[in-house]
Amino acid sequence: METIWFIIVALMITAYVVLDGFDLGAGISHFYIGKNTNERGGILQAIGPVWDGNEVWLLAAGGVLYFAFPVLYSAAFSGFYLPLMIVLWLLIFRGIGIELRHQMHHPMWENFWDFTFSVASALLAIFFGAALGNVIRGVPLNSEGYFFEPFWTNWRVGAENGILDWYTVLTGVVAFAALTYHGAAYLAVKTPDEMNTRARKLAGVVWYPLVALTLISLAATIWVQPKTMNNFSVFPVGWLIPVVVFGSLAAGRYFLAIKNDKGAFLASCGYLVGMLVGAVFSVYPNVLPASTGDQYSLTIYNSAAGSYGLSVGLIWWSIGITIAITYFVILYRAFGGKINLDTQH
Amino acid sequence: MDDAQLLHRIHFAFTITYHYLFPQLTMGLAPLIVFFKALYLWKNDERYNRAAFFLGKIFAISFVFGVVTGIPMEFQFGTNWARFSRFAGGVIGQTLAMEGTFAFFLESAVLGIFLFGEKKVGQKLHFLSAVMIFIGTWLSGYFIIATNAWMQHPVGYEITAAGNVQLTSFWALLLNPWAIYQYMHNMGGAFVTGSFAVAAIGAFFYLSKRNLEFGKLFLKTGVIAAFIGSVWMLFPSGDFQAKMVAKHQPITLAAMEGVFKTEKGAGIVLIGQPNVAEQRIDNPIIIPNVLSFMTYQRWDAELKGLDAYPKEDHPDNIALLYYSYHIMVGLGTIFIAIMFFGALQLWRGKLFSSTLLMWVIMLSFPLPFIANTAGWMTSELGRQPWLVYGLLRTSQGFSSNVSAGNALFTLLGFMGIYTLLSILYLFLMYRVIDNSSDYLDPQEAV
Repeated sequence: METIWFIIVALMITAYVVLDGFDLGAGISHFYIGKNTNERGGILQAIGPVWDGNEVWLLAAGGVLYFAFPVLYSAAFSGFYLPLMIVLWLLIFRGIGIELRHQMHHPMWENFWDFTFSVASALLAIFFGAALGNVIRGVPLNSEGYFFEPFWTNWRVGAENGILDWYTVLTGVVAFAALTYHGAAYLAVKTPDEMNTRARKLAGVVWYPLVALTLISLAATIWVQPKTMNNFSVFPVGWLIPVVVFGSLAAGRYFLAIKNDKGAFLASCGYLVGMLVGAVFSVYPNVLPASTGDQYSLTIYNSAAGSYGLSVGLIWWSIGITIAITYFVILYRAFGGKINLDTQH
Repeated sequence: MDDAQLLHRIHFAFTITYHYLFPQLTMGLAPLIVFFKALYLWKNDERYNRAAFFLGKIFAISFVFGVVTGIPMEFQFGTNWARFSRFAGGVIGQTLAMEGTFAFFLESAVLGIFLFGEKKVGQKLHFLSAVMIFIGTWLSGYFIIATNAWMQHPVGYEITAAGNVQLTSFWALLLNPWAIYQYMHNMGGAFVTGSFAVAAIGAFFYLSKRNLEFGKLFLKTGVIAAFIGSVWMLFPSGDFQAKMVAKHQPITLAAMEGVFKTEKGAGIVLIGQPNVAEQRIDNPIIIPNVLSFMTYQRWDAELKGLDAYPKEDHPDNIALLYYSYHIMVGLGTIFIAIMFFGALQLWRGKLFSSTLLMWVIMLSFPLPFIANTAGWMTSELGRQPWLVYGLLRTSQGFSSNVSAGNALFTLLGFMGIYTLLSILYLFLMYRVIDNSSDYLDPQEAV
């Protein structure tokens, strides 16, 4: 039962990263792909009807995490207090940036919200990557199952962790590159003409550092947290994960070369899924490893809610998520196709 | 109480109070938008569609502010109240996760269709999208109320070996009687906020001689709705709520009514300042025997005062609790009075010539926000010193691993950001009202 909920939470987080990831990526490349107010309006038109729904995956995943693993939720959210609060502030600015921009047609108003949206998106990508890095690296949990991390200490991976050290900065940069690539691939699908060309070009350029960063981060992960390799010997099927990651990167290159934008976007989705599944696969059955000793690590077993609650939850969650997926299919169909720059609100 | 505990309390209180200014308006407007949209489909009169569109504008902007200030709430259970979350997550994680799964997905998916899809999907589906938004916002409200109700009156749980709670009955949690009465009262409060806003806009249009026919329409609809809503707040919903408090939280009742000493035939305090040190009400105006009657339906029934309970179980801010409660009840009484006269004049056909009354209605729109806030303060201060009534004290619930300094840092950050949000919101509302003629003109239909 705990494993089922571990997989559900992981799937919901993956859905969040794949879906809201392209919104964040669109924000990162906002000023490169959108050269003027009208084009930037087009980018917001491309994500406008869907971004809020995409972001709900974060909230829903957070809610389910709270419900299924309350001990993990309370330890992680209080321990990551400072970066989470900054994430919240960035989400506020990014949300109102997207939604208030089209309330008034004035170049300064629009430029200001474009800038806010773009900067907040870029910082969020880095923070999310660093957060994942923290979970893989482990945090200094005490005997009561709590910890508190300052922003940084000595930037080294060691006993006195900060949120940021060289490893988590690296994972932040990987996330930044991955979501830039993902957002550019999405905008290549959604935009016409010159914007389409620029989006495709950006994806092509980012591809090289992304491959390099992926390789470096894998090596760094094995070095920082050697235990990540354990599950690969226990469950050999895990070796499919690197195949998916690098296969998706290769496929992305191929689709970009033959100008198949949808293919490139799907390949980028595959890459993100591979990376995230790889991360949770290597952590399992831990959910928050302790850097202070294995006995303090939070696992799916010592952090889960009672079995009755988890069973009941499985019933309503299955119903709820089926309905939610139906909304998404309808929503993406209703607002499918390329945007038209002449019909902005 | 140490600094960290106080700061975590203020942190949550500030962010939730600010957040709830927006949902009470959107939850209150949603049924009125559905009403106008239905009227349009029924009578096939474009004016009703314009009215729905204009209120939809106000709804949409308020909804955005509600969403961005709401996201921090879900996180703060973990960030600021970690020990509470660990204790109670096995139960209230259910309702909070259900809110995300059932309400948020619905709202986020349908809002785009409601705002931008009128032409694309046709009028019937557009009406349906308005209904779905109504359902989504009110569903969201229920899950939050059920969560709070469990903290007020825990049901359907057992204590585990680790000392936390876990769920034993899903339906007990979802159909907690406290949740049902609190929901009736709370949603009534949101409806009062929404209908006062509509009435006030109508009065403003009429008094400023613009969009006259919409001024009439909004004033008429708003006054009738606000009158019904205001009466509903007193009876039956307020009465039910008070009886729940009397039955399950008698200490809270004594504190909010300012009853320090146990007495037979207790009177009700209308005005007066609680003097906690001397255990009495200063400068009181009291109607004898009424409180005993309202609580037990007997004029001479004994009502236990605060002196009947151990001091460590008293709410820790009796004065603020007392004032919150009295502000809520006082304003509620004023609402009934204003809207009674409004409805009376409407019935006599004199509302639109009663300039003074229209001024009063226009200027009273902020009061329901205050009344709702005071109501929630009554509920939350009244629960003290417990976080989960009878099970977990507030001092045992905050994140003791997050220092006072860090909590203050983020509290100040939120205060700064929310100040900015307030300015933006008021600016955008001003623009919507200022451009109202465009939104309401049938020729300008988008």
